[in-house]
Amino acid sequence: MALQDTRRRRNQLAIGLAIGATGFGLTWLVLILAVLLWNGFSGLTLAVFTEMTPPPGSAGGLLNPIMGSLVMTFIAVLIGTPLGILAGTYMAEYGRYDKLTSVVRFINDILLSAPSIVIGLFIYEVMVVQMGHFSGWAGAVALAVIVVPVVVRTTEDMLTLVPDTLREAAASIGLPRSLMIQKVAYRAARAGMVTGVLLAVARISGETAPLLFTALNNQFWSTDMNAPVASLPVVIFQFALSPYDDWQQLAWTGALIITLAVLALSIIARLLAAQRKST
Amino acid sequence: MVDVALQSGAMPVTRQVDRSKVLQRLRLRDSGFRHLTRIAAITVLLILSGIIVSLVHGSWPALNTFGFSFLYTEVWNPVTEQFGAIAPIYGTVVTSLIAMLIAVPIGLFIALFLTELCPMWLRRPIGIAIELLAGIPSIIYGIWGLFVFAPFLQQYVQPFIIEVFGPIPVLSTLFAGPPYGIGILTAGLILAIMVLPFITSISRDVFDAVPPVLKEAAYGVGCTTWEVVRYVVLPFTRVGVIGGVMLGLGRALGETMAVTFVIGNAHRISGSIMAPGTTISATIANEFTEADGDLYTSSLIALSLILFVITFIVLALARYMLMRLNARVGA
Repeated sequence: MALQDTRRRRNQLAIGLAIGATGFGLTWLVLILAVLLWNGFSGLTLAVFTEMTPPPGSAGGLLNPIMGSLVMTFIAVLIGTPLGILAGTYMAEYGRYDKLTSVVRFINDILLSAPSIVIGLFIYEVMVVQMGHFSGWAGAVALAVIVVPVVVRTTEDMLTLVPDTLREAAASIGLPRSLMIQKVAYRAARAGMVTGVLLAVARISGETAPLLFTALNNQFWSTDMNAPVASLPVVIFQFALSPYDDWQQLAWTGALIITLAVLALSIIARLLAAQRKST
Repeated sequence: MVDVALQSGAMPVTRQVDRSKVLQRLRLRDSGFRHLTRIAAITVLLILSGIIVSLVHGSWPALNTFGFSFLYTEVWNPVTEQFGAIAPIYGTVVTSLIAMLIAVPIGLFIALFLTELCPMWLRRPIGIAIELLAGIPSIIYGIWGLFVFAPFLQQYVQPFIIEVFGPIPVLSTLFAGPPYGIGILTAGLILAIMVLPFITSISRDVFDAVPPVLKEAAYGVGCTTWEVVRYVVLPFTRVGVIGGVMLGLGRALGETMAVTFVIGNAHRISGSIMAPGTTISATIANEFTEADGDLYTSSLIALSLILFVITFIVLALARYMLMRLNARVGA
C-alpha cells in the first residue's frame, strides 16, 4: 500500500511539474507580447511609416530603416534562395547517397546555428575591408549567408519527401533528369520550399548582429546600396540604448513592427506547410 | 493513322535534324544543371571554410602578439593595447550554463506534457505557441530584458536573494549585491527564456520518435506516466535529448543582441553572478565599430574565432548525437 502511494504521489508530482512548466513557458510568450503591444502600440502612428529617423529630442519616424531592412532582406533572399535551392537539389536529387552530400549536410547544419555575429565579422573581413567602407551590399550578403542554410535544409527535406514513383513516371516518358527535377519534383515540393524561404525571411528580418559591422547605420534617407544603410534592428539597438525618450519610444514601436512581421511570416509559413500535409 | 503516317513520311529529313539538335540541347542543359547544383553544394562548403580562413587571417596579429596568454589573461585595455580573452570567455560560459540549468529541466517537462499528457486538441496550439517563442528575434528579448525584466529583478528579486543567501557562506559570495538589475544572472535568465523553445521542440520531436509499442508495453504492466517517461522514454531517447540540449547550448553561446543589452559590459571576472560582466559576442557587438588600432580590431576578431571554435565543437557533437539517435530509430 505504501509503495503504491509513493508511486502515485511521484506521478502526480511529475504531472504537476509538467503542467507548471508548460504554463511557465507560455507565460513568457504572453508577457513579452503584452509588453511589446503596450509599449509599441501607442507610438504606432502614420508618421512612423512616412518620416525619417529624428535627431534626439524631436519627433520622427522609421521610414529609412524600414526601407533599408526591406531592400536588404529582398537582395539577401534574391542571392540566397537560388543558391540554397540548387545546393538542396544536388543533395536530394543527384547525390543523395554521396560523400559530398553528407559532408555538405553536416556543414550546413553547423552554419544553420552558427553565431550570426561571426558571420557579420566574416563579411566585414571579406567585403568591408576590401571595399574600404561599410555598405548596404555587405549587409545584404551577410544576411544572404544566413538565408542559404535555411533554404538548403528545407529544399533537401521537401525534395526527399517527393515520392520516387513521380520521378519514375517522368523518366518513363523520356524526360531528361534536369527537366524532371524542374517540372515535376519542384512542383510537387513547391509549398514546402516556399515555406523554407518564408522562414528564412522571418529569420533575417530580426537579425541585428550581422548588420552592425556591414551595413552599419544611416540617419538619412539613402537608396545608395554602396553606402551605409539603416536597418530596423540596428536602429532599435541604437535607440533603445539611448537616453532620449523619443528614441526609446521609436525603438519599442520598431520592435513591435518587427515582431508582428516575423510572427505573421512564421504563421503563414506554418499554414502553407499544414496545407501541404493535408492534401 | 493515315494522317500520322503521311505526316511523318512527308518530312523525314528535317525531323531527323531537329531531333538530334533537340537531344543535344537537352543533354547540354542536363549536364549544365547537374553541374550548377553541384557547384552550389560546394559553395556551402566554401562559405564555412571562408569563415574559418578569414577569422584566422583577421586574428593573426593578435594571436601573434599575445600567443597563448591571450586565452587566460584578464586585462582588456584598449589604451595600453593589452588584451586577454578570459573575462568574455568566462561570461559566455557562465551565462550559457545558467541558461541551460534552467531551460533544460523546464524544456523537458514541457515536452513530456506535450507528448504524454496534453489532450490532442491542445497539442498543436501549444506546440505552435512554443515555436513562435523561438521565432521572436533576439533583439526583442534584449529590449524587453533591459526595460522590463532587469528593473523587475533589481526591485523585487535581487534584494530578496541577497537577503536570503546573505548569511550562507558560499552562496553569499555567489549572490553578492548590490542589485544592479543588469549582469551575468540577468543575461543567463534571458538566455534561458530564449533557448527554452529550442530544447522543447527538439525534445518533443525526439520523444515522439519512441515506438508506441514500447510505451504501451510499459503502461500495460501498470507503470505510471512518470515511470514510463523515466524508465522507457528517457533511456531510449537519451542521445537525442543530449543532442537537442547541445543544440540549445550552441544557440546560447553565440547569442548576441539579447545579452548585449543586459550584461553590463564589464571586462572583469567577479565572484558574484549578479555583478555586470561581458560575453564574447557582447564585447564584439559593443566595441567593434569603435575599435581603433589594428591590434584592438584583431583581438576582437580573435575573440570571435574562439567563439566560433567553441560553438563549432558543441554543434558538431549535437549533430553527431542526433544522427546516432536517428540511426537507431531507423534500424
